[in-house]
Amino acid sequence: MKYIDEFRDGELAKNISANIANEARDGQQYNLMEFCGGHTHAISRYGLSDLLPPQVTMIHGPGCPVCVLPIGRVDHAIKLALEHDVILCTYGDCLRVPASEGLSLLKAKARGADVRMVYSTSDAIKLAQANPEKQVVFFAIGFETTTPPTAVAIQQAQRLGLKNFSVICNHVLTPAAMHAILANEGGARLHGFVGPAHVSTVIGSRPYEVFANDYKKPVVIAGFEPLDVMQAILMLVRQVNDGRAEVENEFTRAVTREGNLKAQALVDEIFELRDEFEWRGLGTIPYSALKLKAAYAEFDAELRFGLKYQSVPDNKACECGAILRGEKRPQQCKIFGTVCTPENPVGACMVSSEGACAAHYTYGRFKDIAVMAA
Amino acid sequence: MGEIKPGYIRTLDIKRGRVDMSHGSGGRAMAQLIEELFAAALGNEFLAQGDDGALLPPANGRLVMATDSHVVSPLFFPGGDIGCLSVHGTINDVAVMGAKPLYLSASFILEEGFPLIDLKRIVDSMAQASIEAGVPIVTGDTKVVEQGKGDGVFITTTGVGVAREGIRLSGSLARPGDKILLSGTIGDHGMAILSKREGLAFEAPIVSDTAALHGLIAAMLDSGAAIRTLRDPTRGGVATTLNEIAKQSHVGMMLREAAIPVNQPVEAACEFLGLDPLYVANEGKLIAICAPDDADKLLAAMHEHPLGQQAAIVGEVLEDAHGFVQMTTRMGGRRIVDWLTGEQLPRIC
Amino acid sequence: MCLAIPARVEEMTGADTAIVNLGGVRKEISLALVEDVAVGDYVIVHVGYALQKLDPEEAERTLLMFAEMGDLDELRTELQDSAL
Repeated sequence: MKYIDEFRDGELAKNISANIANEARDGQQYNLMEFCGGHTHAISRYGLSDLLPPQVTMIHGPGCPVCVLPIGRVDHAIKLALEHDVILCTYGDCLRVPASEGLSLLKAKARGADVRMVYSTSDAIKLAQANPEKQVVFFAIGFETTTPPTAVAIQQAQRLGLKNFSVICNHVLTPAAMHAILANEGGARLHGFVGPAHVSTVIGSRPYEVFANDYKKPVVIAGFEPLDVMQAILMLVRQVNDGRAEVENEFTRAVTREGNLKAQALVDEIFELRDEFEWRGLGTIPYSALKLKAAYAEFDAELRFGLKYQSVPDNKACECGAILRGEKRPQQCKIFGTVCTPENPVGACMVSSEGACAAHYTYGRFKDIAVMAA
Repeated sequence: MGEIKPGYIRTLDIKRGRVDMSHGSGGRAMAQLIEELFAAALGNEFLAQGDDGALLPPANGRLVMATDSHVVSPLFFPGGDIGCLSVHGTINDVAVMGAKPLYLSASFILEEGFPLIDLKRIVDSMAQASIEAGVPIVTGDTKVVEQGKGDGVFITTTGVGVAREGIRLSGSLARPGDKILLSGTIGDHGMAILSKREGLAFEAPIVSDTAALHGLIAAMLDSGAAIRTLRDPTRGGVATTLNEIAKQSHVGMMLREAAIPVNQPVEAACEFLGLDPLYVANEGKLIAICAPDDADKLLAAMHEHPLGQQAAIVGEVLEDAHGFVQMTTRMGGRRIVDWLTGEQLPRIC
Repeated sequence: MCLAIPARVEEMTGADTAIVNLGGVRKEISLALVEDVAVGDYVIVHVGYALQKLDPEEAERTLLMFAEMGDLDELRTELQDSAL
């Protein structure tokens, strides 16, 4: 597959790995956060930490929209599906997230709720057109990559004059979360960020300049493939060695400084900032999430169905907050791997396959125990 | 008095007819369905006995029995359908025990309203699969449920076979040092099904690998290689089956990602949906664990058979009290290939 | 956190839609978020939408970067220092 296979070449990985090992200085610690859950997944799935020298530590960031989605917001979707007889459309990622009263969207479906997994918002629009007598609600989640597709759907719904389509908007913003990380002690210990791949194709590299200029933290935007991540780590090591704090772009094949202006304009047209939004594990962060503008109020499911938000706290033993902020590792959580597993996720970081705890459990927990080869 | 004229019975309207409750009631309608649709296609000396059970010749050896229910949706998919799937699946379950499959039974639960033309298509497909495999369907049953209580048709097949003398195959027999072999590419069946699922529809030259493996298995056993385990990785994929074996045998495993055969369109479809081929179902592949010194001999025997041409050695068994199935990735790092958590779902993240 | 794949635009199917091909798998996606896309271009596809065109020259440059030998300047300096 072009533009995928070449970026997964094992020989090139060896080369970059050797470069990192050569250039990482003895006695210097490199604490690097990969913000994006997709990068966390790539690192775990390909075992990339085996290719890094001991001085380089990858800390998993909160860029996992399912992980940071508060239980109370999932409750909204479940309530709509069970009590209001709507067709609830969702991406596959949300189906198994455990919410209040032992329910999840999948369990609600088993109880008779009409929950449908869709691949694209356009499928939700098609469902609304095909079922005019039913209300169709789309459960929108995601960072800036996933927001433009929701915007297109809302615009389409308006053009088609659909009266039975609405959106529960849970779109969140990357820079706001990065500020929140850096405001905490975990953030202070970070030497740099591996910036998200696809969020950056939309927002460009410009929004990260504040972290380099004001916080003096290097940022290297990395593509999605394992070689991209390795190269970005090398570029960060170099920045740290040189005492630089810049925004560099490793993903030049898809990211520019300005980003996708057409997508940005459409998002600005439909959405506006919420004053604040609760992030699971990170607490309430101001100006960190989006809601529909008044002009598009008819497509706002929260207004149409009068949904009131109720915050649901996480289990006391759950260390997701500290893990999402980069202050603790999954293994340091008392319930990791015992009470809390991907099958029975207690907290945010275990809920999605790219959450720090889920990724470590699924791909890497063998490293916590010594294994003997035959 | 005149002769009693034989009553006129209209034949089944296969083209436009549908299953209705009378077809399950045990009366004339059901008998007609069985005769005109099932028996006509599946006809063999045992079914022709026409009794509640089939009287079979004595077996010369230990018996192996296996059963499987088939609820696949959609019923018809690229490369096959629920009919041939149900025949292949149970033949394979018997064959991986090291037994020669001899007879099958088939039970149908039909939903009221199911089109007869689709039923005929399915039964014809079963007949063809059964004849090609040389394993007759000797007895069966039909029930009808009300509309809404079924998914068109559910099929349960049970198979009986005779174990080869001197062969014992089990998931508990894998030992450290043994080699792990795959008979061919992974993920074809699951992705063929997904490609037809509503909402995910994509066009791809992906065809289910559904096949009867008893011929390949016979060739493998004939090779004389010391095989410990044979298993077909169906639901949950290769990853799940290997974890099951590792647990049963109290061992660990180390796989090599680069050695695992995957067809490019399957890999591409998985990329689109965020799935891992290691967890996608297969219906015509098998995993073999054999003594290290015999691996090359076994591989050669598999390559000779049409269903084993892309067979490969993909890893080895390790000593590991924790039973981890590990993998060296194509990047050179290591990871676990863990048990599947619930059903693998397409993701956006 | 956002699963997206690079796919080749194979066929325009409407004002804003196209069929893309990745490794033999074809799917219809929306071009509503991009501009000036032609058959033969590669686009990054996320949840059924093209988000950006892929720049083939930059892709080449990036691959070359992966193959670069490490910081030769540092090595050269070390050698010079030890020779003195």
